[in-house]
Amino acid sequence: MNPVPLYVAIPLGAAFLIPVLGMWWKKSGEALATLSTLLLAVMAILAVGTPAMVHHMGGWTAPLGIALVSDGLTVLLLITINVIAFLCTVFSLKYMTAYTGLPKYYSLFMLMVAGMNGVVVSGDLFNLFVFLEIASVASYALVAFGVEADELEAGFKYMILGSVASVMILFAVGTVYAVTGTLNMADAAREISTRFGGAEMNPALLLAAAFFLMGFGLKAALVPFHAWLPDAHPSAPAPISAMLSGVVIKSLGVYAMCRVMFHVFGFASSSPSSVIIANAMITLSVLSIVVGGLMAIGQWDFKRLLAYSSIGQIGYVTLGLGVGARVLATGGTRSLAALAILGGLFHLINHAAFKSLLFLSSGAIQHATGTRDMKMLSGLGKRMPITAATTNLAALSISGVPPFSGFWSKLIIIVATIKAGHPAVAAVAIAMAFVTLAYYVKVQREIIFGPVRGRAESAKEVSAAMYVPLIILAIVCVGFGLLYPVWGSRILEPARDAVLNSAEYVKLVLG
Amino acid sequence: MTVYFLCAVLLMIGLYCLVAKKNIVKKIIGIVIMEYAVNLYLITIGYKKGGVAPIIDKTTNAELLERFVDPLPQALVLTSIVIGLGVLALMVSMVIRLYEKHGTFDMSQISKLRG
Repeated sequence: MNPVPLYVAIPLGAAFLIPVLGMWWKKSGEALATLSTLLLAVMAILAVGTPAMVHHMGGWTAPLGIALVSDGLTVLLLITINVIAFLCTVFSLKYMTAYTGLPKYYSLFMLMVAGMNGVVVSGDLFNLFVFLEIASVASYALVAFGVEADELEAGFKYMILGSVASVMILFAVGTVYAVTGTLNMADAAREISTRFGGAEMNPALLLAAAFFLMGFGLKAALVPFHAWLPDAHPSAPAPISAMLSGVVIKSLGVYAMCRVMFHVFGFASSSPSSVIIANAMITLSVLSIVVGGLMAIGQWDFKRLLAYSSIGQIGYVTLGLGVGARVLATGGTRSLAALAILGGLFHLINHAAFKSLLFLSSGAIQHATGTRDMKMLSGLGKRMPITAATTNLAALSISGVPPFSGFWSKLIIIVATIKAGHPAVAAVAIAMAFVTLAYYVKVQREIIFGPVRGRAESAKEVSAAMYVPLIILAIVCVGFGLLYPVWGSRILEPARDAVLNSAEYVKLVLG
Repeated sequence: MTVYFLCAVLLMIGLYCLVAKKNIVKKIIGIVIMEYAVNLYLITIGYKKGGVAPIIDKTTNAELLERFVDPLPQALVLTSIVIGLGVLALMVSMVIRLYEKHGTFDMSQISKLRG
C-alpha cells in the first residue's frame, strides 16, 4: 500500500481523537501525540531510499484529481518535520505540565504537523494552500497558547501577517490557474514550459511569481517580511518555538517557495523572467542574512536572539537555492547549480537540527531558572551541565565552527556563490557568518561560562524527559557534520536531484 | 480586464485598512476585505457570459458544452470562504482576549514587544 497519504491521515486522526478521548482520559494528548509522531518519524526515516511515488486521491489520475507526491525533496522535509516533531513532543511531556488545557495543545500540535506534512506531499497548488492554512492556523493558536498579554500580542501580529501571506498565495494560485487552466503542479509546469520555455513569461505569470515570493517570503520570514517572527517565536512555549523556527518556516516558506519556483515556474535557461525571479530570491536572502544577523547582536532576551538568528540563517538557505536558480536561469553548468542547491538544502536540515536544539535548550533554561533574560543568568555550565553542553554544541554548529555541520553547509553555499560569479554576495555571507559567531560567543560568555550569579544560583539540571531530546539533537548536529558520506548520498543528494530535475517531476506525476 | 483591476483596487483598500488603522477590529475588517477581493477575483476567472451549469446528461450537445462554466473556481472559493471563516473566528476570539487584558482596541497601546 502507498504510505504517502498516511503522513497526513495519522496526525489529522490524532488531532481529532485527542480532544474527544480527552474528555474521559486526561493523558490522551501525551499518549497519542507521542505515539503518532514516533510512528511518523519512523515512517519518514524508512522512506529513505525508496523510489519516488505518487498517490492519486480517490483514484482520479493526475491532472484531474489531487496527487500526493513523494520524491527526494519531500522525503528530506518529511524526515526533518517528523523527527523534530517527535523530539518536541517528548520535550513537551514535562515542559508543558505548567500549562492547562493540554489535550488542546497536543491536538493543535498534531494539526500543525498534519498541515506541514500535507504541504510537503501535496502535488496540487490549491491543496498546498489548504494545508498551509491548516498549519498556519494551528501555529497562530499555539503561539498565543499561554494567553498572557505578550503571547496574545505576538499571536495576533503573527496571525495578521500570516493572513496577508495566505491572501497573497491564494491570489497567485488563482492567477496560475487563470493562465494555465490547471492546478496540478506538474501539469501547470508542463503548460508553462511549453508556452514560455526559455522566453519571456506572460506578465500575469510574473505577477503570480511575485505574489508567491511575497506570500512564501512572509511565511519564511525573509526580510522585509520578517516583522512577526521576533515576536512570535519567543512568545510561544519552548517546544512550539523549536517547531516554528526549526520546521514551520522551512516547510511552509522555503519548501513551498522551492517547489513552486523550481517545479512550477521552472528556471529554464536564458529566460529573462527566470533571471528576475532568481535575482529576487538572492536579494531577499542577502537582506535577511544582514538584517537578521545585525539585529541578533543587540538582543538580551535569549529566545529573541535565537529568533533573529533564524531570520539570518533562513537567508543562507534561500541564498543557496537562489544562486542555484540563477545559475540555471543564466545557462550556467548544472553541476554548479547542483552544488548551490545542495548547500541550501544541507543548511536547511542543519538549521532545523541546531535551531530546534537551541530553542529547546532555552526552554530547559527557562524551566530551571524562570527567566530568559541573559543579564540575569551566568555560569549555567556549572549548574546545568547537560543543557549547557548541548547549547554550546549547537552554538558552535550554527556559528560555523569546523568540523560541525553548520560549517560545511555555509562553506558549500559560499563556494557556490563565488563560483557562480557573485563575489560581493559571498563576501556579505562570509562577514555575516562571523557576526553569527560573535553573537553566539556572547551567548556562551553570558549564560554558560563565568561565575555562577543571579538566577543561575538556584538552578538545577532538568529531568531526563527534557534533556534526552537535547542529547539526541546534539548527536544529530555532530553526526551531520562528521558522517556526511554516510547519510548525504542517501537523503541529501536525492533531494538535490529532485529540485534540479523539474522535468522528472512532471514525468513522475503525469506518468 | 476592468473587473480584475477593480479586484486589485479592493485588495489595496483592504491592505490600506490593515496598515493605516490602529483599531485591531478595523485591522481584521481589512483582512476580511482582502480575502473577499481574492474570492471575487477567483470567481471572475471562472465567469462566462450566458453560462450554464456544467451537468452532462442526454441533452448535452457541442453547443451546450461551449456554454458550460468552469466549476473549479467556485469550488475553490467555497473552500477559501470556509478557511476564512475559521481564521476570522480565531482572530475575533484573540481580539476579545486582548481587550480583556488591555481594556482597549488601540494597537499602539497594546503593542509592547519590540526591538
